[in-house]
Amino acid sequence: MRAADVVRSATRNAFRSKLRTTLTVLSLFVGAFTLTLTTALGAGVNDYVERQVATVSTGDILLVSPAATVDSGDGPAEYDPDGRQQGGAAGPLGAGTLLNQDDIDAVAAIDGVSRVEAVSQLTIDWIAASGDDGDTRFELTVNPTSSIGRSDLVAGAQLDQDASRFEVVLPEDYVGALGFDDAEDAIGRTVTLGYADAERVNRQVEATIVGIARASLFASGAGANAALVDEVSTAQAVPGQARAWSLAVATIEGSGADGAVTADDIAAVKDALTGADLAGQTVEDQLGVVQTVINGIIGVLSAFAAIALLAASFGIVNTLLMSVQERTREIGLMKAMGMSNGRVFGLFSLEAVVIGLLGAALGALAAIGAGTAIAAGASQTLLADLPGLQILLFEPATVVTVILVIMGIAFLSGVLPARRAARQDPIESLRYE
Amino acid sequence: MSTASVDSPVPPPPVLRAQALTRTYGKGDTAFRALRGVDVAVARGESVAIVGRSGSGKSTLMHLLALLDRPSSGRVEVHGTDASTLSGRELNRVRNAEFGFVFQQFFLTAGQTVFENVSLPLVIAGVAPKERRRRTLEALDSLGLADKAGNRANDLSGGQKQRVVVARALVGEPSVIFADEPTGNLDSATGAQVEDILFGLRRDRGITLVVVTHDHELAARCDRSVTIADGLVVAGRSAEVAA
Repeated sequence: MRAADVVRSATRNAFRSKLRTTLTVLSLFVGAFTLTLTTALGAGVNDYVERQVATVSTGDILLVSPAATVDSGDGPAEYDPDGRQQGGAAGPLGAGTLLNQDDIDAVAAIDGVSRVEAVSQLTIDWIAASGDDGDTRFELTVNPTSSIGRSDLVAGAQLDQDASRFEVVLPEDYVGALGFDDAEDAIGRTVTLGYADAERVNRQVEATIVGIARASLFASGAGANAALVDEVSTAQAVPGQARAWSLAVATIEGSGADGAVTADDIAAVKDALTGADLAGQTVEDQLGVVQTVINGIIGVLSAFAAIALLAASFGIVNTLLMSVQERTREIGLMKAMGMSNGRVFGLFSLEAVVIGLLGAALGALAAIGAGTAIAAGASQTLLADLPGLQILLFEPATVVTVILVIMGIAFLSGVLPARRAARQDPIESLRYE
Repeated sequence: MSTASVDSPVPPPPVLRAQALTRTYGKGDTAFRALRGVDVAVARGESVAIVGRSGSGKSTLMHLLALLDRPSSGRVEVHGTDASTLSGRELNRVRNAEFGFVFQQFFLTAGQTVFENVSLPLVIAGVAPKERRRRTLEALDSLGLADKAGNRANDLSGGQKQRVVVARALVGEPSVIFADEPTGNLDSATGAQVEDILFGLRRDRGITLVVVTHDHELAARCDRSVTIADGLVVAGRSAEVAA
């Protein structure tokens, strides 16, 4: 029997009992629909997170903080005058313990670290468009990690960390507030930033807008380049008090081709940091936690889809067993006429695959249709505050994979009935009433 | 077309030969010996009736001759080749290419067209669609069913169905047609028609006929009949060559 004939026969046989096939296809449809949506949800959210990661990382940096020490001893810890200072509160990026100059020097001494920068917290009181001495001052938060990362830009360019002039990247909503026509118009304009120095004296500094950034999950607030951060943080440092930082940024020298940073480089530096009682994390490590949570949720949702598919696979087994039963004599006849067991097996397992393909393709198409509509609606309402988030991302490869997986499940479900068909004794089958 | 010449110097081996065939179903005390040592030879172009009451073992003998079953002991030769030496694949090929089957209950696939039913052996053999179409229509034409090709098998009368079955047995151009009670489900007039067609095939194409029946009139039309009782050949009859 030719392969084309096997396929054609299997397809026709699948439709011989239309109602039964339709019901089986429907049960697969539910599974395919759910699985397509959950994978799209996972892809959409993860894609968003990954783009957010890119806004804070160039891939060659480690965020260094003091190693989290678990105090297992009894009673209060003994005072060590050369020890680390304690911060007021544990921040999201650092532990309560602060890094001191010794730590920074230790990091700088590690092989493979080309540069280390302590991340200074700077407090900007207000921002105003230059030349506007009126009342239109706005509060501004500067993201401490902006000097190391990249922003999700609407217009303009990334901060130039080596520039000596002061540069800022502003969130999108400052464009209108500061009186600019649009994001493009704001680029290259100067703004005035006001802050108080360590002695509570109000100071002002002029900075140039180099970029306008989209609001993002992990890099909220404005960005300032190294020169500006240095200027302000120096002024805000308390004279006479040892400097302390919650976080330092180590830039790693890549050993790979074209200076690319390899996983080994990162691991080596991390090990060295551990030796210095410090902890190093890439931005990916930190956001990996977020992604793990997301993937966990998606996994649970997908498990529901898998349960639906499991139920559907029993439906396929049942459908095909009935089909084999009904066609006992036909199978006997075909075998009497010289059809091999393998072809009989192929005929029935392929019938299962056809049912699987049908359910999976219809389910995936419906999911794409419904999902696109839902995502469009949600982005206008529920998710309007998360620009750039495409909640359902239907990647062709994933959709095809889902369909193939379901066809695989259908094939496996077809194995038992198809084996039963293939093993039938032609004489017995022909006697069957 | 003529039957094998009796006085040819080296007679060709019989199309089918069974030697000391036994077939036992089950084991131990419950074992049932359906055949207990049967020798039969069927020459090329011959028509042989296997007769006997139900339960006599005649269907078992036909299944063994048609290579649908394996004997418990003894051997079956097809064109002089011991069937037990054939692989599963070769057995399938022999059944597909050398044998045609006509069954009492027709075994037509109800929902399919006459054309599809008749072309089944060619589909199994993997014949190309174009060639398949030509040969199927030819077989249907030779049985006066050309105009029924597109009809559903279920919409035909009993006589028409059995003619479709004969067309299906014929389409692969077999050397032997096995007919199991070919007229059992037909009234005598249509039964006679189907018989005429079968014997016409033997006469015109030299196809060997092996007919299992308990219809004595049908058996009488065959060149020879082999009577089976209790798993043994009890009587053979060599008839005058059928007219």
